[in-house]
Amino acid sequence: MDFSSISPALLLASLMVAATPILLAGIGELVVERAGVLNLGVEGMMITGAICGFAITINTGSPTLGFVAAAAGGALLSLLFALLTQFALANQVASGLALTLFGLGLSSLLGQDYVGLKPAQTPDLHIPLLSDLPFLGTVLFSHDFMVYFGLALVAAVWAVLKYSRAGLILRAVGENHDAAHALGYKVVRIRVLAIMFGGACAGLGGAYISLIRVPQWTEGMTAGAGWIALALVVFASWKPWRVLLGAYLFGGVTVLQLNLQAAGLAIPVEYLSMSPYLITILVLVIMSADRSRAPGSLGRIFHASG
Amino acid sequence: MKFTKRAMLKGAATALALGFATTAMAQDKTKVGFVYVGPVGDGGWTYEHDQGRKAVEAHFGDKVETTYVENVPEGADAERVITQMALQGADLIFTTSFGYMDPTINVAKKFPDVKFEHATGYKTAQNVSVYSARFYEGRAIQGTIAGHMTESNIIGYIASFPIPEVIRGINSAYIHAKKVNPDVQFKIVWAYTWFDPAKEADAAKVLIEQGADVILQHTDSTAPQAAAVGAGNVYTFGQASDMAEFAPMPRISSIIDNWAPYYIARTQAVMDGTWKSTSTWDGIGPGMVGIGEISDVVPAEVKADALALKDAIANGDYHPFTGPLKKQDGSDWLADGQTADDGTLAGMNFYVEGIEGEIPQ
Repeated sequence: MDFSSISPALLLASLMVAATPILLAGIGELVVERAGVLNLGVEGMMITGAICGFAITINTGSPTLGFVAAAAGGALLSLLFALLTQFALANQVASGLALTLFGLGLSSLLGQDYVGLKPAQTPDLHIPLLSDLPFLGTVLFSHDFMVYFGLALVAAVWAVLKYSRAGLILRAVGENHDAAHALGYKVVRIRVLAIMFGGACAGLGGAYISLIRVPQWTEGMTAGAGWIALALVVFASWKPWRVLLGAYLFGGVTVLQLNLQAAGLAIPVEYLSMSPYLITILVLVIMSADRSRAPGSLGRIFHASG
Repeated sequence: MKFTKRAMLKGAATALALGFATTAMAQDKTKVGFVYVGPVGDGGWTYEHDQGRKAVEAHFGDKVETTYVENVPEGADAERVITQMALQGADLIFTTSFGYMDPTINVAKKFPDVKFEHATGYKTAQNVSVYSARFYEGRAIQGTIAGHMTESNIIGYIASFPIPEVIRGINSAYIHAKKVNPDVQFKIVWAYTWFDPAKEADAAKVLIEQGADVILQHTDSTAPQAAAVGAGNVYTFGQASDMAEFAPMPRISSIIDNWAPYYIARTQAVMDGTWKSTSTWDGIGPGMVGIGEISDVVPAEVKADALALKDAIANGDYHPFTGPLKKQDGSDWLADGQTADDGTLAGMNFYVEGIEGEIPQ
């Protein structure tokens, strides 16, 4: 056993990288669910974003354009879900599952020519002074721009939901769509926009895996990250900062347990392997003891005449 | 939450795929089904099995009809998928992952007229054969090259599940790395997955951060290769497939699974009515295990050393598990000159002397 081989700075730095995909997807899904829609298609939108971002990056050489394309791809796919659930009034659970299946299939079709290619590298930002700090520089200030984008997005979603009129309307739609409708808010339009936002975020999360974390295209490469993001939203009691905490906990313990294994810690590997799930759920469940609950209209179908 | 939902999804997906795939078959064709644990585009394990399937199609042309289902989770879903294949008239079904062992046996009991072939397992029945390749022979060559190439003397190993096949690979690689480099140390990470690119990449990065400059993998995707590219001065080996797109660096050689001859022979046996339950375990000699080209990054004498070892294993002069060897706890395993028997190898559940850490139980 040799813990001196674990570098705390590198460990904390890779924690942020490991957490970013589920953070992005999670914060998007949070907005969707706060608007009263349950979209189980996160995995499908993530993998679609992963291939859209990868393909555009390969073709243009620009990771930034790749991420834009990933967001567009995720949002476009989510429109299908919006069409089914908001206009055709289909069951949200079934439509979400179908979206995941469709996304997985579509992405492997789109990705056939992209197996084995290497995308242009996304540069790490170098912030003068800050990046050169001895410990904090490595941990906090030498990441790619998407890590900071994820953090900024959490802050923005929190502020908008809490303080802005738009956030209040979105929450009203999610809590009681009939009341919101009676007040004259366009329930369907608001929900479609929220769904597209969720799709764009999931797409970004997927592209983060294919462009930065791995980086390459492999079929089915999100391997369940979308489901983790979904669980995260529930355990975070639909609160943005808790999604951040949960994502960092999950990413952190995932990286930590791999480090401990490599260092030869004498804890059975099975326990280490399940620890990210256990610890994240445990912490978030304890925190949600404050009577927080799901949005009132979550998963319910809205029809104006009803 | 994650597992049940994914499993449910995949169950639904596979049911769909089967429904579409097997309509309108002609009755006189021999129908061969394949069950895969990953996607056919994984670039590794499943990709090579699918190459074998395509070889069957190319060889027999109109006389066969092949179907496959990818991404089938090991466990109860596998049983449903295999059952579905049998119900839809498959004559021969290849189940290509260790975790399909009990599902295969269970389904085989219900369909005595269908022939089953399970890869890497050890349970047979009247209509169930098992087949595997002696990957540990390839691991011996990898270990030799790895031992020579490492400068930090730390070799990282991404293991999947603690099953005999994986443990054999670790032992074989370690023995031969140690032989050429007495100071070598193995750092082993259990990923508990066959296929999860993000996790595999994380594991590779962790090992590299902890000083490993050679990474061996027993998982199916090319993600560790990509991670090694990002890190720079790290060597890797292609796993199950050549992964030549990462040559000459970081990938310096590979173990290639070649299932095509076996799949063709077994399909032929079904057509001829000569199929019998067998246990096949072939290595480099018969060609089931191939060694991918050793790239020029490797010094010529190391390459020669590795190729000499390959030849010795192929013609039977050398067995990768030859005594004197001790187990990790220091007890004697093989006496000087003694070689391991297949029974012990098939059920291997211990590390050899010198490897640190414990095997998860």
